[in-house]
Amino acid sequence: MPNDQTTIDPAEIEKFQAMAAEWWDPNGKFKPLHMLNPCRLDYITGQIASEFERDLAAERPFEGLRLLDIGCGGGLLAEPMTRLGAEVVGADAAERNIPVARLHAEEQGLGIDYRHTTAEALAADGEVFDVVLNMEVVEHVSDPQAYLKACHDLLKPGGLMVCSTLNRNPKSYLFAIIGAEHVMRWLPKGTHEWKKFITPDELFDLLRNAGLDPVDKKGMVFNPVTWSWGLSVRDLSVNYVTASIRPGAET
Amino acid sequence: MTSDTDVLIAGGGLNGAALALALASGGLSVTVVDPAPVKVRKRAGFDGRSYALALASKRVLAALGLWEALKADAQPMLEIKVSDGRAGEGASPFVLEFDHAELDEGPMGYMVEDRHLRPALLAALEKSDGITRVDGLSVTDHSAGAAGVEVTLSNAQTLTAACLVAADGRESPTRSRTGIGRVAWGYGQTALVCAIGHTRDHGGIAHQFFMPAGPLAVLPLKGRRSSIVWTERAGRAEEINALDDTGYLDVLRPRFGSFLGDIDLAGARFTYPLGLSLAHAFVADRVALLGDAAHAVHPIAGQGLNAGLRDVAALAEVLVEAHRRGEDIGRRDVLERYQLWRRFDATALAVATDGFNRLFSNDNSILRLGRDLGLGLVGAAPALRRGFMREAAGLTGALPRLAEGRPL
Repeated sequence: MPNDQTTIDPAEIEKFQAMAAEWWDPNGKFKPLHMLNPCRLDYITGQIASEFERDLAAERPFEGLRLLDIGCGGGLLAEPMTRLGAEVVGADAAERNIPVARLHAEEQGLGIDYRHTTAEALAADGEVFDVVLNMEVVEHVSDPQAYLKACHDLLKPGGLMVCSTLNRNPKSYLFAIIGAEHVMRWLPKGTHEWKKFITPDELFDLLRNAGLDPVDKKGMVFNPVTWSWGLSVRDLSVNYVTASIRPGAET
Repeated sequence: MTSDTDVLIAGGGLNGAALALALASGGLSVTVVDPAPVKVRKRAGFDGRSYALALASKRVLAALGLWEALKADAQPMLEIKVSDGRAGEGASPFVLEFDHAELDEGPMGYMVEDRHLRPALLAALEKSDGITRVDGLSVTDHSAGAAGVEVTLSNAQTLTAACLVAADGRESPTRSRTGIGRVAWGYGQTALVCAIGHTRDHGGIAHQFFMPAGPLAVLPLKGRRSSIVWTERAGRAEEINALDDTGYLDVLRPRFGSFLGDIDLAGARFTYPLGLSLAHAFVADRVALLGDAAHAVHPIAGQGLNAGLRDVAALAEVLVEAHRRGEDIGRRDVLERYQLWRRFDATALAVATDGFNRLFSNDNSILRLGRDLGLGLVGAAPALRRGFMREAAGLTGALPRLAEGRPL
């Protein structure tokens, strides 16, 4: 990848620094994502560890794994995955996120390959990965089936995709749209279109049609007492996360 | 990571050393900067200092692999008797007894001497691969940045870490530098601490007498020895401490009567002025306060080290979990999980011990009657008594894994 860091003018860098600070401020605009992050990371690290037989207590347990983070934003997942030893490509369709994420990773001393591109474009280039992270993206795309097919193509046989999204039911309307956008103002109004939310059954059908084997699903539930998110086996009513495997690994 | 070490701990006392061991057991690299030269820490004679370890603290030490080395010299506390007394009068008829038979988990706690605990911690530190020790130097400055914290030592050397832990005591210079304020007040009381030998067996029973000048605790040590923590008004304590050993014992003897037979001194004497200190926050960017740096309480129930070891267990669990997720362990939102976990507990302890002390350290006859009745009531209600016992044993609240005796 050509590094275009040096061709950016200083005024732009200042702007990106401000945006990076915004992305990474635990009490700022992306606070809801920071609050959700430990829960997402618990699921992701647990799934990768069990699929690839890695010991999370080991130093750099994900060494040797190539990982794609789709919709990487400021790098909230890409950075932890890099610290754990994975070789990470962060992709975002929003061009402005890329220099912001790059700048922050550089500050942290982390080498991450951030690209302004899409899953479809990466698949067309023939890129392949051991792990694809597909977190809170599928409810924003126009053609989920075509998008998930591209994600399938990005996986090596035996590769793992972790995909999270929002369920579609009256409760998720109340919590994710009315609660998060209008009452708590955790998210800007219009962040989500409820009609594009996907039920777990629909998602599993889409994953299967894309050629993937869904192997796990868990709810991500906010606990107002501890003011933190946790994984739930039973409650997938609003936020949920799934794991699926591209079949065909030699065993 | 580009830092020299994951976590740098300022202060190599009991809490700092225990945290280093806990973090290293979870796979983090740790540097302990200890101003005391190692020889001072290692001196082995009995100096009279000992700790009343709550059950939860014993479990933390066991999970860190230290209990095997300690247990032969640890005295189980089988029973705690609390009574209201006045010098020369003996205990009031209202006595509160906590018997470990009411607690499923075994003894309520253990008395462990400093001469055993400190060397056990130091030996474990030396054996641990993940721990670097810097002895005889102190942390003189630190500056928190986006990627880590740069720490300056007293020899002008600098080290970088993802997170700096202040285990540098009640007057924590790290806390001051960080700009975290605190509430603090003295009680005008001083604790006189000594160990005594006695001619009768203590039977593993700990006694707490509430005297008008302050509480007197008699805590059983191995053999026919006990540790005395004895609180007096500051001026009076100085007078007593200025006496020779014979004079000192003459003042002490009538305070708890003759139930242990003849007594003599079995180690050095210490005095500690009592005061409460509570930091406004336990964390800042890349900095976490541990033990006395965060909260120092009146040692009325021997809860100082116990509260510190709870901090150790909670902070170690938060940092090790964050590290295993690949999170930046010095980030404020990570450290705030520790603060959320510990601050309520530590504040409640400070308020409770403060209230307890104010209630008991006086000779007002109405209060005296009230607290005697209160002790009697608690004594009469088994559920309430068990509640007190579980609290004192450190078995309440959301327990960190180490405090349940489980590894990280």
